Amino acid sequence: MHVVIAEDHALLRDGLTRLLEAFKFEVVATVDNGPALLPALLDHKPDVAVVDVRLPPTYTDEGLQAAIAARTAVPGLPILVLSQHVEPLYARELLGDRNGGVGYLLKDRVSDVAQFIDAVRQVADGGTVMDPEVVAQLLERSRPLDVLTAREREVLGEMAAGRSNAAIAARLFVTEKAVSKHINNIFTKLGLPPSDDDNRRVLAVLAYLNA
Amino acid sequence: MESRDWIRDGLRAVAGGVLSIPLAIANLALLVLFLVALVMTPVLGLGLVQLPLVTNLLRLRADATRRIAAWHGVPIERPYRPRPATAGPIGWGAYRWIVTDPATWRDLAWLLPGAIVGLVLGIASLAIPIYGVEGITLLPLWIWLGTGSFGYGVIWPFETVSQGMLSLPQGALFLAIGLAVAPYLRRYDALFARLLLAPTSNARLRARVAHLSYSRADTVDAQAAELRRIERDLHDGAQARLVALGMTIGLAEELVGHDPEAARRLLAEARENSTTALVELRHLVRGIHPPVLAERGLDGAVRALALTMRLPTSVDSDVTGRLDTPVESAAYFAVAEALTNATVHSGANVAYVSMHRDDGTLRLEVGDDGHGGADPGRGTGLAGITRRLGAFDGTMTLSSPPGGPTIVTMELPCTLSSPRTTLSSGTG
Repeated sequence: MHVVIAEDHALLRDGLTRLLEAFKFEVVATVDNGPALLPALLDHKPDVAVVDVRLPPTYTDEGLQAAIAARTAVPGLPILVLSQHVEPLYARELLGDRNGGVGYLLKDRVSDVAQFIDAVRQVADGGTVMDPEVVAQLLERSRPLDVLTAREREVLGEMAAGRSNAAIAARLFVTEKAVSKHINNIFTKLGLPPSDDDNRRVLAVLAYLNA
Repeated sequence: MESRDWIRDGLRAVAGGVLSIPLAIANLALLVLFLVALVMTPVLGLGLVQLPLVTNLLRLRADATRRIAAWHGVPIERPYRPRPATAGPIGWGAYRWIVTDPATWRDLAWLLPGAIVGLVLGIASLAIPIYGVEGITLLPLWIWLGTGSFGYGVIWPFETVSQGMLSLPQGALFLAIGLAVAPYLRRYDALFARLLLAPTSNARLRARVAHLSYSRADTVDAQAAELRRIERDLHDGAQARLVALGMTIGLAEELVGHDPEAARRLLAEARENSTTALVELRHLVRGIHPPVLAERGLDGAVRALALTMRLPTSVDSDVTGRLDTPVESAAYFAVAEALTNATVHSGANVAYVSMHRDDGTLRLEVGDDGHGGADPGRGTGLAGITRRLGAFDGTMTLSSPPGGPTIVTMELPCTLSSPRTTLSSGTG
């Protein structure tokens, strides 16, 4: 699997490269600044890119902007965005194109290697992975998707974190069948048209972020 | 203007003119009292008691004129120097404070000319309408009295009843002129008062310097306290955790040869600790300068903030481009504080933030639909906002009547900086 890495800190860039190569990813390019990122993404069209939000020269959000621009040019180009902090606002922008293949995680998550590699693979497969911190920040608000039951909101939160039906079932101590029933209820209540299941999951998460 | 409006304004101005007559007489009394107090100073030091008391009256009198002038569209600032902490209500300290303040002598210099102008204009604004009223009521009077020589306006004396009838339109004209002119007379009185009662540019600068040293001391204090808090947080938090982390990893290194299982457990613990340290650092960084503010500027940061507020919050903003970093930061924290207050105290269902920038002034408004009754004196939140903004010559006003809504309006001078292309440092 081909990977492009964008990270300005040499230590972290090398660490990420080493980590991904240890799990049989092939790092085809590493970038350490904003302007070089978009061409690298478009030239290599990697199976997945791991991108830092804040990059030189302005140290603002050029990694995020490049990721959004690349996905506009190549819809669904899988990109996992990493940052020292997470903002629901950024999550919403990343999901705005309603295509899957997006991840948004705190850099801390890299230290749980197995889970991090799992997230990279899910994004590469077109899944959506939101950091639990994003989900937690949203859950703190008392602005619920009123139509959903408490259980359904819980399931939606797990979905936003990128978990599969089986993983959600295991975490909530229910059967997989119950989970898929909840998910179908969520889709119906949010008025998401029947379509490819992955896409509907993204739309549901987006509804969650916009709530 | 509606006809009723100018009649109302005219009547008010005439009333003001009437009031200015006793005020002018009070001026003369104050002048005498003040001079007597001054003369009495060497006599058993009686002036040390008298002068401060008379000056209090003098300033009350001048303040009354300042307030009246403001009603007539001529605002006059108070020019007095603040009372030194060592000065009592009477005595040498108070005496010295009063005689060294040039504003005292300017007040004194105003008393006599102010009285004359006040009297002349006051009598004029009263006399013209009275003459008008006389004209209107003269004819019936003349008929009733029936004798003597009467005249009015341009006709003097009356010889026939038809000539007497002419006094009616003339009287109406005089009354109208009197009412129309009276507000102008009040205004001239106010403008004259401003010549001596307003602070000199010197006094204004002095007041400004005093305010600046006060707000600077306040800012420096707050910054020092903030740095101390950050130091303590780092020392007790991340730093301590990193030390523990080093120890755990070192121990794992020792154990890895003969007890790999224990070493593995220690490493997992170390990883856990590193995550906690990162969480703490992230909270700390957010409190110092929120990363989203560095990345997106005020507009983006406030939108991001609104998205995470428990209270549904809408944002209306035309602040594009980047402001100076310190201003941006002060504005952000002020908005955040106001929103937090709205969430915690107001019982509101929704809140809004509006941010507009024009002519170098950034205007921020945070409102909610809660029960109001917010008290700026209670709690430290609003005082904190005032202090943050004060460092940039910004202001905060609070409107929170019982029953709501609460609206916090903040203004601070600002300039847009050019889009940044370089920055000295940054972290991924």
